[in-house]
Amino acid sequence: MQVTMNVNGNEVTGEIEARLLLVHYLRDHLGLTGTHWGCDTSNCGTCVVWMDGEPVKSCTVLAAMAGGRKIRTVEGLEQNGQLDPVQQGFTECHGLQCGFCTPGMMMTARALLDRKPNPSEHEIREAISGQICRCTGYATIVRSIQWAAAHEAASAAEAAVADASVTVDSVGVGGPS
Amino acid sequence: MQVPAPFEYERATSVDHAIGLLGRLGSSARLVAGGHSLLPMMKLRLVNLEYLIDINDLHDELGYVLVESSQVRIGSMARHRELLESDALAEVFPIFRDAEQVIADPVVRNRGTIGGSICQADPSEDLSAVCTTLGASCVIRGSSGERVVTMEDFYRGPYETAVGDGEMLVEVRIPIRANGSSAYEKVERRAGDWAVVSAGAAVWMDGATISDARVGLAAVGPNTAGIPAISEALRGQVPSEELYAQAGVIAAQSCVPVTDMRGSVEYKRHLAAELTKRTLRRSVARISRSRRTAPDRTEGS
Repeated sequence: MQVTMNVNGNEVTGEIEARLLLVHYLRDHLGLTGTHWGCDTSNCGTCVVWMDGEPVKSCTVLAAMAGGRKIRTVEGLEQNGQLDPVQQGFTECHGLQCGFCTPGMMMTARALLDRKPNPSEHEIREAISGQICRCTGYATIVRSIQWAAAHEAASAAEAAVADASVTVDSVGVGGPS
Repeated sequence: MQVPAPFEYERATSVDHAIGLLGRLGSSARLVAGGHSLLPMMKLRLVNLEYLIDINDLHDELGYVLVESSQVRIGSMARHRELLESDALAEVFPIFRDAEQVIADPVVRNRGTIGGSICQADPSEDLSAVCTTLGASCVIRGSSGERVVTMEDFYRGPYETAVGDGEMLVEVRIPIRANGSSAYEKVERRAGDWAVVSAGAAVWMDGATISDARVGLAAVGPNTAGIPAISEALRGQVPSEELYAQAGVIAAQSCVPVTDMRGSVEYKRHLAAELTKRTLRRSVARISRSRRTAPDRTEGS
């Protein structure tokens, strides 16, 4: 059968078997090997990608079921050559050791921060509770996500200050003085 | 590498379309919603089928949670996350939020549906125990129309339901009764696992006495049956620790767990008793709290 979906902003069409899993379509057909294939039983979470904006375990979604939907993989985190703050956080805080769980962890973390920009440690641990780090590096993973949240909050505050000063300037220019 | 046996994929665009496809393809076809129960079984070749009908496009039609004055109606495509996040549902049946917090994990909850969960009819499945506890009924639609069955009639045994060939579950209905509340507790080995044992309780009060109560257990028998003997023992009684303990003893005696990697029969009976006590206690406490915080409503009703 033929399937068409949007992957990281690009429309892709492929000829597939109905039984092909999304994780294998991404890795073997599209060469997007950033998404890892782990337990195959929806327990470990390394295969997490977004489908229509929500994290899903791609070992338990058929490629056919993703037809017509928007998929975002770990390769789609980087925008215009800029690493996503979550990726920067994992770099800064040693969020990975062997790196096998990392793509799923980062996709779940990105979704969490989009919904809740300032999560508590408990909320972060709850969000990644469907994912397994066999290096047991959870403390640094949590710290990496906290780094991303803090970094994004700081960037937003800076942007707000910059906007405000522009407004003040323009008022000053147009004012009676 | 786990791969399902070959099959043909169809995608339904409406409930009528899905039922039409089921009617045409017969027993060789199965519906798939979230897929987190069915696909693993297909990978293990425990389920083999010729046609798989994807009903995820029916979420717009069947993804609702409607809290009405006398009942709650939940469309079969409502996803776990939607049930977890519904404040209106948590208000009338806090048992749903209790249970949804411990069903699978957040990523799986993005996909799994109430319809898929209860049609899987796994004796360890938590939403089945919730629906049993609340005395829910299931609306099953086929080409000749709809029929409504109670949870007791819905479950025919492990992995067997009243949904026949050419039919689909479209809605779960739960009656709302005044002065009631509910709670759910689960013991699991790790986050996201199936229950070692789970218990749900729902209690309704008339003044200082219990007018009705129901308890449903998961993972301790061939299905998530309610325990009528507990309801009989609690009706007309004033809530007390002794009464909860008595209900716990009945729960432990009534269930039929088996020893497996999750625990021994003795341990599971102990959990059935303990979780029954805790959920009854919490249900009653919630009724008291809602009376204190919303006096107008309880006095007026």
